[in-house]
Amino acid sequence: MKKIHLTIDNKAIEVAEGTTILEAAQKVGIHIPALCHMKMDDIHIENRPGGCRICSVEVKGKRNLSPACATKCLDGMEIKTNTIRVIHARRNILELIISDHPYECLTCAKSGQCELQTMAQDLGIREIHFEGEKSTYREDFSKAIIRDMDKCILCRRCITMCSDFQTVHALSAVERGFEAVVSPAFHMDLNESSCTFCGQCVAVCPTGALSEADYSKDVIQALANPEYTVIAQTAPAVRAALGESFGYPVGTSVTGQMVTALKNLGFDYVFDTDFAADMTIMEESAELLERLTRHLEGDKTVKLPILTSCCPAWVRFIEQNFPDMKEIPSTTRSPQQIFGAIAKSYFAEKIGVPREKLIVVSIMPCVAKKYECERDEFKVDGDPDVNFSITTRELARLIKISNIDFKQLEPSEFDQPLGESTGAGLIFGTTGGVIEAATRTAYELQTGKKLKKIDFESLRGMEAIRSATVDFNGLPIKIGIAHGLGHARKLLEEIQEGRCHYHAIEIMSCPGGCIGGGGQPFHHNKTSILLERQKAIYSEDKQMKIRKSHENASVMKVYEEFLGHPLSEKAEHLLHTSYFDRSSQITIDDSEM
Amino acid sequence: MKTIKLSSFAIETVEEACSDFQYREDELINILHRCQHKLGYLPAEVQEIIAQKLQMSVAKVYGVVSFYSFFSMIPQGKHPISICMGTACYVRGAEKLVDEFKRQLRIDVGETTQDGNFSLSCLRCVGACGLAPIVMVGDKVYGRVSAKQVKDIISEYQKSMV
Repeated sequence: MKKIHLTIDNKAIEVAEGTTILEAAQKVGIHIPALCHMKMDDIHIENRPGGCRICSVEVKGKRNLSPACATKCLDGMEIKTNTIRVIHARRNILELIISDHPYECLTCAKSGQCELQTMAQDLGIREIHFEGEKSTYREDFSKAIIRDMDKCILCRRCITMCSDFQTVHALSAVERGFEAVVSPAFHMDLNESSCTFCGQCVAVCPTGALSEADYSKDVIQALANPEYTVIAQTAPAVRAALGESFGYPVGTSVTGQMVTALKNLGFDYVFDTDFAADMTIMEESAELLERLTRHLEGDKTVKLPILTSCCPAWVRFIEQNFPDMKEIPSTTRSPQQIFGAIAKSYFAEKIGVPREKLIVVSIMPCVAKKYECERDEFKVDGDPDVNFSITTRELARLIKISNIDFKQLEPSEFDQPLGESTGAGLIFGTTGGVIEAATRTAYELQTGKKLKKIDFESLRGMEAIRSATVDFNGLPIKIGIAHGLGHARKLLEEIQEGRCHYHAIEIMSCPGGCIGGGGQPFHHNKTSILLERQKAIYSEDKQMKIRKSHENASVMKVYEEFLGHPLSEKAEHLLHTSYFDRSSQITIDDSEM
Repeated sequence: MKTIKLSSFAIETVEEACSDFQYREDELINILHRCQHKLGYLPAEVQEIIAQKLQMSVAKVYGVVSFYSFFSMIPQGKHPISICMGTACYVRGAEKLVDEFKRQLRIDVGETTQDGNFSLSCLRCVGACGLAPIVMVGDKVYGRVSAKQVKDIISEYQKSMV
C-alpha cells in the first residue's frame, strides 16, 4: 500500500493511504477532540458525518479549516491542530452547540459520562457567548428507552447504530434547519415504531438525549416495603462490567462483591440468572435434538435451523421483519423470563409466599429486557413474572445511593437453590456463548459420551458472522453465530434463499453479545472494553467447578420435583412461549380518501 | 400485525410511480413528486407503502418529506392557491399577497380551510416574471395581482362552489 508522509504539529509521520488526519494524529499522541465521530474497530461500526466540526484543524495551503475525522491525509500535508485560529473556531463551535442545549447537567442522567460535558470541561468553557431560542421537543417515554431530544446534538451516532448496524431503521433525521431532529417517522413514539429496544442508540449517544427508562426508584420502594419478598436475579454480563462503575480495571469480574452489594441493598434472596440460563439450555437442547432426530428420520416439515431466542430485541426484530420465519426460533423463553416463571411458581411454593407478594427484580446489561418483562405473555393475571428489570448502570447507582462502598465489600455466594449455576450459564453473556453452552449439553445428551474438551474455541471470537461444524460423534452439526441485527438479517436472508444450511444459529443484537448491551457502563466507543469483558467471562467459566448445564444439581432438582423433564407439559407451559407477526401489511380500503 | 389502510387508487398510484422509476431509492424525490401530484398530498400511509416498495425505512422517507417544504402531508383544498415568492414577485409585493390570503382565508401557509375549499402555499418562480406578482389557483394564473384583488379572486371560486 502507498505510504504517505506528512507532519502534524511539526511531528513527521508516515501513514497508509486512506488514513484520516484524526487517525494519523492519534498515532503520534495528538488527541484531536471529536464529537460526532465514532469508530469502533474490529466490529465495523463507523459514524463519520463530518457534521459537528469540533475536530477542525488547519491544513497549510487550504483557506478553510478541515474536519480531521473526514479529511484524508495527503503527501506533504502540514497540519496544525492547536493554532490560535483552530482553538478559537473549536471553542466557538462548542459554544454554539451548547447554546442550543439545556443547562441541566446537575440532574441529567448522563452527567459525568456525557461527552459534551467532558469536552466543555476539557476546553475550559466557562461562559456561552451566544444566546437565543433553544429547540424543544416532546419527550418520548417508552418502557425501555427515554428520548429527550432537547439534549440531542444531531451527531447521528444513534442513526448509524439503528440503521447501518442493526438495520432496524427506526430513527432518521427529520424536518430541517432549527426544527431538525432525530426521530421515528411522523414523530411517532418509539413504542409505535420499528424500534426493537436493543438500546444501542443509548450506548453510543454522546449526551443524555437517549437514556434507559430508570426503574431504580421502584426497586427502592419494593425493598422498603416489608410486605414484599424481593428477589434479585443477575445476568452473566453484569458481573463482567459492573466493576467499571467503581474504578476497577476493565475486565474485572466482581461477582462476589455484586452479590454482597445486593444483599446489603436488602434483597431477600440474591439469585443468578445463570441458573435459568442452564434451564434454557436444557429446554433448547431438547428442542434441537428433537428437531434433529425428526430431520434425520426424513421428516420434511421440521424447521431447521433452530435459532436462539434469549435476546428480546432479536425476537422483536424477527417478529417485525421475518414474520414468515417466526416458527424457526426456539420456543424456549429467555433466561430472564424462565427465572421469573420458576421464581413465581416453584420457588414461591417452596417458601410459601403467594406470587403477588413476590417481587422479582432482574439486573441486566440490557434495556430491551425492560420491554421483554412487559410483554403480555409473561404475565399471570396482569402480574408480571419479572416486575422490574434494571440495567448494570442503574444497579451501580442504587449501590451509590445506598452508601455502599463497593470496593470494601467482601465477596459472598449466591443464595440457593436458584443461585446455583454453571460455566455454561455464565458464557451466555458473550456472543457465541449460548450456542457453546447448548453444544456442551446437546453433545453429551445425543452421543451419551463425556466431552473430552469443554471449550469450543471455534465458536468464540468477535467476527460478525461466524460458523463452525461440531462433530457429534460422526454427525456433523453446522452452527452459525451472528451478533448485531444487521448481521442476523444477512443470515436470515441466506436461509430464506436456501443459500446456507445450518442446524443451529445463535443471534444476539448487541456488538459482542450482552457484554456490549445498551445497559452496560458506557464503553465510549472502545472495542477493547468489549474484548476485556469477553475475556473476563471466559476466564470465570474456566474456573467454575461445573461447566455444563445438565450437571447443575439444582436445575435437575427442579425437573425432578416440579417439571418432570424438558419439554414436558408443565415445562412447555412455564418455560416456553410463542411469537407474533408484528409486520405492517397494506390493505385496500376505499371508504376513505 | 399492523395494517396500513389505503384506497386502491392510492395503491395503484404509488405502484405506478415506483415501477416507472425502477423502485430505485435514489429516485425517491421523483416518486414523491409524482404521488403528491396525483394524490394532492402525501399522507403517512402513502409514505409507508413507498418505503415498503423501495425497501427503505419509512423514517427516512418521512425525513425527506419533512425536509422539503414542497411536500405536504395535509390534503390540498379543492382550489389550491399558490403565491410565487420568487425574486421578481417578492420585490413586487408577493409577501403582502400572502398576508392578505392568510387574513381572508384564516389559514397559514401550508394549511387547508376547514371546508376543504382552499389551501395556501408558496412557490418559487413559475417563469412568468413579467406578470409579477403571480398567484395561481389550480392551473389558472393571475398576473400583477394586488392585495385589493385577493377578495375577488377568492369569491370567484366561492361562487363556483354553489
